[in-house]
Amino acid sequence: MLAVTALSVVFLRDLFAIVMLFGIYSLLSAGFFVTMDAVDVALTEAAVGAGVTTVLMLSTLALTRRKEKARLSPPSLLPLAVATITGLVLVYGTLDMPHLGDPDAPVHQHVAPRYIEQSGEEIGVPNIVTSVLASYRGFDTLGEVVVIFAAGLGVLALLGVAGGDRHRARVSAMEHHLVLRVITKALAPLILLYALYIQFHGDYGPGGGFQAGVVFAAAIILFAIVFGLTKAEQVITPTFLRYMMGAGALIYGATGVVTLVLGGNFLDYNTLAHDPLHGQHYGILAVEFGVGVTVTAVMISIFFNFFGRSSKPQEEEQ
Amino acid sequence: MSTTLGLYNYWIVIFLMMVGLYIVIAHPNLIKKIVGLNIFQTSVFILYISMGKVKGGAAPILDDAVTVYSNPLPHVLILTAIVVGVSTTALALALIVRINEAYGSVEEDEIHDQDAPL
Repeated sequence: MLAVTALSVVFLRDLFAIVMLFGIYSLLSAGFFVTMDAVDVALTEAAVGAGVTTVLMLSTLALTRRKEKARLSPPSLLPLAVATITGLVLVYGTLDMPHLGDPDAPVHQHVAPRYIEQSGEEIGVPNIVTSVLASYRGFDTLGEVVVIFAAGLGVLALLGVAGGDRHRARVSAMEHHLVLRVITKALAPLILLYALYIQFHGDYGPGGGFQAGVVFAAAIILFAIVFGLTKAEQVITPTFLRYMMGAGALIYGATGVVTLVLGGNFLDYNTLAHDPLHGQHYGILAVEFGVGVTVTAVMISIFFNFFGRSSKPQEEEQ
Repeated sequence: MSTTLGLYNYWIVIFLMMVGLYIVIAHPNLIKKIVGLNIFQTSVFILYISMGKVKGGAAPILDDAVTVYSNPLPHVLILTAIVVGVSTTALALALIVRINEAYGSVEEDEIHDQDAPL
């Protein structure tokens, strides 16, 4: 399935169809992740790939053009040859790889057994993915949050500040569709509530700051698409978003500094409370909250910037 | 299990990867290139996640009834990679929008032609 969808992307020339296919492709891979036991990843891929990425690509299409230019010269064989040869070499390389689902594969020998066996006692959080993400590999995640923050800043610098025709499409073309408006009004609070559930239940089930941030942003984006940017910006002002972007990364970093002050290592949550397990709980909660705030703010802000530039009304989505 | 069946996950990954690579090299349209890059990226996600699978394992959420878990480490890495991926994609799309404003085109060869006299 995945392969067929990917192939049709190659042959299609209509960019709108390509973007839609890419959304389907993402949804399919999310389904694949569920069968591979990666529920957290599937949740993220479904929200990000099928939701936010598709909307962003559609916004770009609205700003540029819909069709790929027909080429005059026949496609050359060189790229095909390069891809085929590289592929064959890689297939040759896989012949020594461990089989799918093999429990003795090298991946499962090194540090993973420790996470599985001891995270219950050391962190006290049932979802191992959350404890690895927020506690064992806290540094790593801090770095990723900063990357997201930096990408948000980059989009702001490219699209937000230097305003071209920024004030044209402030009112959505869908404002007069009664059904859409009513359904959006009913759905948006539910999506927001679900996002909060994902955020704070991430310790026990699949979820956490990254997923919650994207789902939260999706609700706001849906609102903005149907009711227009002006109304959405009354709900969440761009200035507030800019503060939130920084604040999330700051909360994460500050948690680290607090643990330093309390005498532990950077992001060593054991010092946050008398009982190390409680400390871990507080630490993970604070860190995930920081992640959620930054991701939400960056996603919404990126979308506002794209949407604000649109010179023609948006195509529908979701 | 025979060799051919046990390795099929890698072959799907390689196929998707090469489709992505081909789109990136062969198509002059910048938006299509971004889609190609994203397909490439997803193939890497699939590679990691399928390596983390343990036969008969359950999702890595601790429960007394479960003894075998899939490997949580690749999940963590890919989870963050996906969100970072969408941020960088957004940055690339923003660049495309600006290129389109400056050149009036998102086709690579047309942009090259406009740059040539300079």
